[in-house]
Amino acid sequence: MRGRNLPYLLIAPAVIFLAVLFFIPLVQTIALAFETRSGPGLGNFVRMADDLNFHDAVVNTFRFVGLAVPLQLAAALGMAMMLRHLGKGRDLVLWIWTIPLGLSDLAAGLIWLAILNDKGYLASLLFHLGIVSEPQSWLTYESPFALFVAVVIAEFWRATAIVIVILVAGLQLVPKEYAEAASVFGASPWRIFTRITLPLMKPSIQSALILRTVLAFEAFAVVIAIGGRNFPVLVSEAYNWQNFNQEPSVAAAYAVVVMGLSLAATALWLRLLRTPAEQRG
Amino acid sequence: MAGITIDGIRKSFGNTTALEAVDLEVADHEFVALLGPSGCGKTTLLRIIAGLETQTAGRVLIGGRDITGLPPRARGLAMVFQNYAVFPHLRVRDNIAFGLKMTGADTARIERQVKRTAGLLQLEKLLDRYPAQLSGGQRQRVAVARALAVEPAVLLMDEPLSNLDALLRLDMRAELKEVLREAGTTTIYVTHDQTEAMALADRIAVLHSGRIEQIGTPSDIYHTPATRFVGSFVGSPPMNFLANGTRILGIRPEDLDIVPNGDGMAFHVSVVEPLGAQTLLTGTANNQMIRVALAGEHHIPPGADLHIRPRPDRIRWMDAATGRALPAGTEPTP
Repeated sequence: MRGRNLPYLLIAPAVIFLAVLFFIPLVQTIALAFETRSGPGLGNFVRMADDLNFHDAVVNTFRFVGLAVPLQLAAALGMAMMLRHLGKGRDLVLWIWTIPLGLSDLAAGLIWLAILNDKGYLASLLFHLGIVSEPQSWLTYESPFALFVAVVIAEFWRATAIVIVILVAGLQLVPKEYAEAASVFGASPWRIFTRITLPLMKPSIQSALILRTVLAFEAFAVVIAIGGRNFPVLVSEAYNWQNFNQEPSVAAAYAVVVMGLSLAATALWLRLLRTPAEQRG
Repeated sequence: MAGITIDGIRKSFGNTTALEAVDLEVADHEFVALLGPSGCGKTTLLRIIAGLETQTAGRVLIGGRDITGLPPRARGLAMVFQNYAVFPHLRVRDNIAFGLKMTGADTARIERQVKRTAGLLQLEKLLDRYPAQLSGGQRQRVAVARALAVEPAVLLMDEPLSNLDALLRLDMRAELKEVLREAGTTTIYVTHDQTEAMALADRIAVLHSGRIEQIGTPSDIYHTPATRFVGSFVGSPPMNFLANGTRILGIRPEDLDIVPNGDGMAFHVSVVEPLGAQTLLTGTANNQMIRVALAGEHHIPPGADLHIRPRPDRIRWMDAATGRALPAGTEPTP
């Protein structure tokens, strides 16, 4: 009992948990996506692609991922570097920056809805300042660009903190001596950042990008809270097919597409930002 | 022309003073070792010269030019770090070329310098490797090659040999001395290892509690220590100190001779350590601990009672209260 079998016994709960709650539903979802009345086939995917919202959902999802993730990475890098130069108060600043981590996506979406809707804080402020003469409504189907910007802002505010946390942890693993050596050997602060710090942070940048890209492809609550059905993305369409159209198999097809995209993004970052063993510090 | 002038450098961290008004003059092409125990301020001083640390007061001049306010990259120096700080994501070749690339040297010069310094430090075959594929000693060579490749006017070294094992350290020490002599660079070398300082330096500055206790040639420092601290820190085994009223007699263990009974001081041997080249005796004279180093092998049993006498010209008298050496001419006769 003890000894050789103990490690397996100890990891058994986690393995069972993952098998029951992740692996089995995953297999079921994939099976469901390929299941049609006339036997296994791509029928659900054809129905998905023929739907009016599909094109918008794909475009919106890619635009959202393509803008939000790079913005978050750039901002988090800047913030992590600034934090590195703080002495006193560093922990307090980090703590404040990570407050959004404690909020649910839906709460974050609702906060930004309260700020940005036609009777929201921003509209009232602009009205009081006399910049606009009547309440404005931006978050409608008539202004998809404003919707898009609002969703990106909300997601940026909500999810940059996790990138900061990962990068700050990664940065702490890079000894300051490398930057010092580079500065002694004539590198300007920008070159130290691009030639030394950034390459040495590659492993943590990779983790942050994988996590953020996968989660951005799965963005749902923030999008629904701000855009409702006016800003379709892949996951919100899956939700609509499941709940409004009562078509679980088309919803499953969406889920498989999102999973495929997440896997592809992960594979891409693993490959692009690979750090060979011999280049590790 | 790249002499270094350190003019009244002071450094305090909050309430603690790391350096108090240090003055040091290093001549062009000179090799000066900053020697002292950990926490004496030697690394802080080196980092201030490099611009990695900001002094509380004072100035640093290189070749007559005041560099006090300049960032490290504008100071025209090179440095070898204690942990080497060889960039792990760059090949040996690119590590060596780093400084030249940053200062915008042309490709031909970079290539020439990489080849030359790699040859000097026997790294030719390792140029395409990454630092993780090298041994500690090889990484240390890369750090030195990177520093020499920029042909710096001033080279700063922070305990560069302390992470190597004892045998390798001995080899690297000799190698370093040869390489640096050829390069002719003005060098400041921080170490806590007195043997290293003695072996390498033209002059040694001994630091203690943020102050320079003595600056001099290795021979000066060894034979005529200015303070009791210098006498006890430099030399292994350290200098013997015998209280004598308000004065202290300092004498090196090898400057004590065994004399026939009835002459000199009675010396009771408690421990005998045959070290090959010398025999080290530890015992007491006048109820004070004394070490005697005799050249060659001697068969003296522990517990033996001998008589010893210090060589008069090697005695160093010090003031018991201040720990400072007494000026010549005021010494008492033993």
